[in-house]
Amino acid sequence: MTTKIQTNEKMVEKPKRRTIGDFIKQQPLGFIGIVMIIIMFLAAVFAPYVAPYDPTDIDFMASPALGGGQPSIEHPLGADAFGRDILSRLIFGARTALSIGFFSAFIGCSIGAIIGTASAFFGGKVDLLIQRFIDLMLSFPIIVLAIVVIAIFPKTVIFGIDVNVIVAIAIPFIPKTARVIRSQALAIVTLPYVDAARANGFSAKRIIFRHVLPNVTAPFLIMMTAFIGQAILLEASLSYLGLGVVEPTPSWGLMLAGVNADYYRSAPWMILYPGVAVSVAVFSFNLFGDSLRDWLDPKLKL
Amino acid sequence: MLQYALRRILLVFPTLFAVAVLVFLVLRVVPGDIVEIKMTAEGGIVSQEEIERERERLGLNEPLYKQFFTYMIGLPRGDLGVSLWTERPVSQEIGSRIALSFELAILSTILAVLIAFPLGTLSALYRGTVLDYVIRIITIGGIAVPSFWLGMLLIMFAITFFGKLPPLGTVSIFDDPLTNLYQLIWPALSVGYRYSSVVARMLRSSILEVLSEDYIRTARAKGVFERLVIVKHGMRNALLPTVTVIGLEFAFLLGGLVVTESVFNLNGIGKLFVDSVVRNDLNLLQGLVLTVATCFVFVNLIVDLLYAALDPRIRYQK
Repeated sequence: MTTKIQTNEKMVEKPKRRTIGDFIKQQPLGFIGIVMIIIMFLAAVFAPYVAPYDPTDIDFMASPALGGGQPSIEHPLGADAFGRDILSRLIFGARTALSIGFFSAFIGCSIGAIIGTASAFFGGKVDLLIQRFIDLMLSFPIIVLAIVVIAIFPKTVIFGIDVNVIVAIAIPFIPKTARVIRSQALAIVTLPYVDAARANGFSAKRIIFRHVLPNVTAPFLIMMTAFIGQAILLEASLSYLGLGVVEPTPSWGLMLAGVNADYYRSAPWMILYPGVAVSVAVFSFNLFGDSLRDWLDPKLKL
Repeated sequence: MLQYALRRILLVFPTLFAVAVLVFLVLRVVPGDIVEIKMTAEGGIVSQEEIERERERLGLNEPLYKQFFTYMIGLPRGDLGVSLWTERPVSQEIGSRIALSFELAILSTILAVLIAFPLGTLSALYRGTVLDYVIRIITIGGIAVPSFWLGMLLIMFAITFFGKLPPLGTVSIFDDPLTNLYQLIWPALSVGYRYSSVVARMLRSSILEVLSEDYIRTARAKGVFERLVIVKHGMRNALLPTVTVIGLEFAFLLGGLVVTESVFNLNGIGKLFVDSVVRNDLNLLQGLVLTVATCFVFVNLIVDLLYAALDPRIRYQK
């Protein structure tokens, strides 16, 4: 018995294990993406040590309203209307962007993945019902859905994290993930080992969580990376509109919201840098996400 | 084709019905009390009687099924209730602003398609060259750059180079088409960049997919001119998924307008949407969400019909 299995293993050529080195070689753009993500992450974690000022330190003498605030040695990227240092606010803003981005993408994708696999596993009427509901959810633009959630949920802040903003951003990701994960899971639920699990009398919950979900990890990771980028963009948009995080929390979108028409001429740095920060962050996640897809599952359609 | 079209058109009604039910459930049942939210948000201490009186006036004391009934009967007649803020009918509030948003959406689509087609095609045909890399970075950028920030940059650009802001407020296209276009081109560009990137990326990957098909090799093998291979055999087939993306993104453009209209201070439905949330005007919000979803359903319908017209395989499916 044992020998037989061994010969079988010899006959089937084992796929070569791909290493991080291969990823760097084959996906240089993705590597650049992940490096930038790591830099941002480190800056966010060590923000108090990296940032030259406290993000809420007000220095009215440096306000562009009084003709100050130009980028200088004291304020490398200039100061905002309250004379707060822009570089420091950007670094602390990375905390807001990355934490909200990560948590909302993670929550949205996880719920979506569970719904998607359950839908594929149960099939039949349950599947049909869930799919119709997902169709329905997908007929609202992401930001519209997010704003509706903001409108009906009371503002909740726990440990300085805006829970309602996270929920609002996470919900639009659920139907999208569920759709993609379901299509992947459909193939998996027909495999013999799922039948075997069924024959063993395992509960649906156990099969979904232990046998199907682990096998959709690749699309899950790919979607999550892409969604972190989108979530950061969405957080910036919501905060810009005054519907996301509120002052004095440093947030890139919020920094842009504080710009009024006068500053277009007198303090362009107030507009330039926060937008660059959002773009670079989203760009990095997109680069990394794209390469991750090419690397793990080139045929996956998002 | 006709049969397919009819079936597809009939499908719109149950979808719209489901959307209406969902919106009703979410905005009327889940959050609890609209009036309380509204009145407490207006500030001050509100007595229970005042809340009761307001509820009575807005018909919120009726049993839920009756409210649902009134709501569903009103919908086909375009009766979306009354704005809690301005006390004007929601349909009027939306009706007076939708033309502007619609024009902006069309303009951005035209811009996006005009930009996307050359970019996507060149990127696919010169795959792996410097040109391809440059175009890909431009298009990935389009998905990363927030449209409202791009809008702010455009305003800044206009100030620096023309010395003045693009005129705010709007002139109707029927009164003064040139001024109207000059006003709307900036917001259209800022939304259109993302739109064109998505379309260009789709076009690139579908051209690449099509060009590796057997019939392309056959066409090349029998000596068809390369230009003809690409245009007649390649592009026509690559257009299919691109059309879908153009349609889908058009619907999502309405989302992009939400932010962009605020940047340019344009009084369209996107700005109205934000205002309705800021003012806790849930009736108006409900009407707007319904409008957006309806647009989406109809755009989807048009895309599907177009798709069937372009691809015979679709219409012969069950």
